[in-house]
Amino acid sequence: MRGLIVAVVLSFLSSQGHALEVFACEPEWGALVSELAGEQAEITVALTASQDPHRLQARPSLIASARRADLVICSGADLEIGWLPLLLRRSGNPDIRPGTPGYFLAADYVRKLEVPTRIDRSQGDIHPQGNPHVHLNPHNITRVAHKLTERLAELDPVYADIYKTKLDDFIERWQVAIDVWEVRAQRLKGLTIVPHHRSFSYLADWLELDVIATVEAKPGIPPSGAHLSSLLEKLSNHPPAAVVRTPYANEKPTTWLAERLDTPQLILPYTVGGNDDATDLFALFEVTLTLLQDLQP
Amino acid sequence: MKHLGRRTITSMCWVGMLYGTPAIGATIDPITDFRQEIQELRLAYEARIDALEARIVLAERASKQARSSAVEAREMAEETAIGTTTGDSSANVFNPAIGAVLVARAADIDRNWETIPGFIPGGELGPGKSGFSLGESEINLKASIDDLFYGNMTLALEDEGGETEVAIEEAWFETAALPTGLTIRAGRQFSGIGNLNSFHRHADAFIDRPLPYQAFLGGQYIADGMQARWVAPTNLFLEFGAELDWGSSFPGSGSDETSPGTWSLFAHTGGDVGTSHAWQAGVSYLSTEVQDRGLGEDDAAAAFTGNSDLVGLDFVWKWAPFGNPTVTNFMLQGEYFRREEKGAFDGINIDTDQSGWYLQSVWQFKPNWRLGYRHDRVATNNGSIFANTLLEDADDSPRRDSLMLDWSHSEYSRFRLQYAYDRVLAKSSNQLLLQYILSMGAHGAHRF
Repeated sequence: MRGLIVAVVLSFLSSQGHALEVFACEPEWGALVSELAGEQAEITVALTASQDPHRLQARPSLIASARRADLVICSGADLEIGWLPLLLRRSGNPDIRPGTPGYFLAADYVRKLEVPTRIDRSQGDIHPQGNPHVHLNPHNITRVAHKLTERLAELDPVYADIYKTKLDDFIERWQVAIDVWEVRAQRLKGLTIVPHHRSFSYLADWLELDVIATVEAKPGIPPSGAHLSSLLEKLSNHPPAAVVRTPYANEKPTTWLAERLDTPQLILPYTVGGNDDATDLFALFEVTLTLLQDLQP
Repeated sequence: MKHLGRRTITSMCWVGMLYGTPAIGATIDPITDFRQEIQELRLAYEARIDALEARIVLAERASKQARSSAVEAREMAEETAIGTTTGDSSANVFNPAIGAVLVARAADIDRNWETIPGFIPGGELGPGKSGFSLGESEINLKASIDDLFYGNMTLALEDEGGETEVAIEEAWFETAALPTGLTIRAGRQFSGIGNLNSFHRHADAFIDRPLPYQAFLGGQYIADGMQARWVAPTNLFLEFGAELDWGSSFPGSGSDETSPGTWSLFAHTGGDVGTSHAWQAGVSYLSTEVQDRGLGEDDAAAAFTGNSDLVGLDFVWKWAPFGNPTVTNFMLQGEYFRREEKGAFDGINIDTDQSGWYLQSVWQFKPNWRLGYRHDRVATNNGSIFANTLLEDADDSPRRDSLMLDWSHSEYSRFRLQYAYDRVLAKSSNQLLLQYILSMGAHGAHRF
């Protein structure tokens, strides 16, 4: 009976209330908002899984979406430095300016890896605050989920209780999933990989994978032929279990290297929608683990 | 159910093998099947072990949970503390984002021109001189001023015959907190008319501006005044803008008028088609009251006074496979302008009708490399009374064809080779240019 009342109240609230318009830069944050806000939020995701978050342009459709947003959620740590600040200014929307409750950067709430000690562009397109690809450690998702719920409640206090309930429900399921993943992942410890870009550092940190090199010589700079040759030479004695890339990375250098090392090239989904199976956050990690486990003989 | 089915088939194979009559053996190789069976068993056991281990973990979790959440809370507190103490000099952290751009070119120009037949010249015109020249080196500063305002300043340093000239290219502030999509900007700014006009020159795909920009806007219309922009809260991107300027730069007159003599209106719209295509289109209008606009610096006698009205249409279309420009992408862009200038030029009443357009495409055919082609032309219909004067209509429309190839090692460095077949004057000429554009400091913005 109580469940029925809650359901009726919920459906009444969601049909009556104005949905929160959320602009998510990356699919992983769009998926998290959808877990935590459900029908309370209308979500626009700027990037698809086949687009490089560094390289987007502030195109007209995105300006139009940002104009209507109540909340912007992005990775931060300068991942979107090339387009997000411009997008926010062009939209003329004061509710999502940096420093307002409508501006949420996930990287602000997690411990960053690979914080550079030497900040100079000769090191490539580095991010002074550290590696911004924070979402591939599920514990980071947990941290961001808590902070994001606080933010949702602040922006939309009428539904604060609903957000809290949804968070509890999500964390409950998420923690069970993490526990199972971590058991499965024990066999992956020490697995050697060579990613194209430092997109999987948080995953490697979580699963204790061994990143022995990257295909890019410097972050954000496509690898030259000379660099690939020297990489091949360096790796040929101890080839990695796989050369790993995101769906959006250039396939040529990774294919070249994998073929010559006679090692598989693994395209991990990287984010929600990165392959047909990675339909939500749970599936993203599930699929990623399965693909890594399949590497083992 | 699925498993059961597979096992039944396997059992049937067994039976078939034992009796020497391959029931399904014609299609299934028994050894492969054995291997498959073993693999399946292994996976099934692994899954069961995983599940059992997971159950142990879950049983332990309840007791661990309280402790781990305490640890997490402490970690988060630490991180917040770490996040707030960046940098050791509190004065420096308020520095604006600083960027500098180095631009230079080497050119081989057959025939230079400083006027386009049929046009009253103004602003920056022509392909320039042969040889090496430093272009405009730029220094840009931008930052929030406070919670209401955002500021931007660009200084251009240019070498003019051995003397360094410093020009204020941009110096504006804009509102950051006006409600409902409205932004007001004041100061010196690149006008929002057209498409290319509001871009910095170093962001262009070609070394020089297309002919209609040179003829109608002196390369770029820089406005001293105010601009208001409004983005509509619609699914389709719709932006409207208006400007009120004191018209100091071409096509304005450069005199110190007390009332604003120039105003403009512009609108842009755009969107996506699927995930691979994006477009933008716009329309603009620029109206200038011109007072004694001289012919450059030397000739004070020949001056134009009157009204100058410019209408422009622009569009851009961009393609990248699944919206991912990393490996290849393509861009097609064009603009059309039509201008009417009515008034007195050197004491004679004139009413000129002029138009021009350009169409350019840029193709990134592999990472780091782009190839571009542009056709640009202008035309005049000033009338036969201007025979043997500056405003004499050209027999053939002044036009050019340009090809460019550029290479960028990173987002911050670009080297460009450009060839132009130039028919602005009656005699055609060839131009070969080499340019570098290098940016330091603050990350540039990826404008559409």
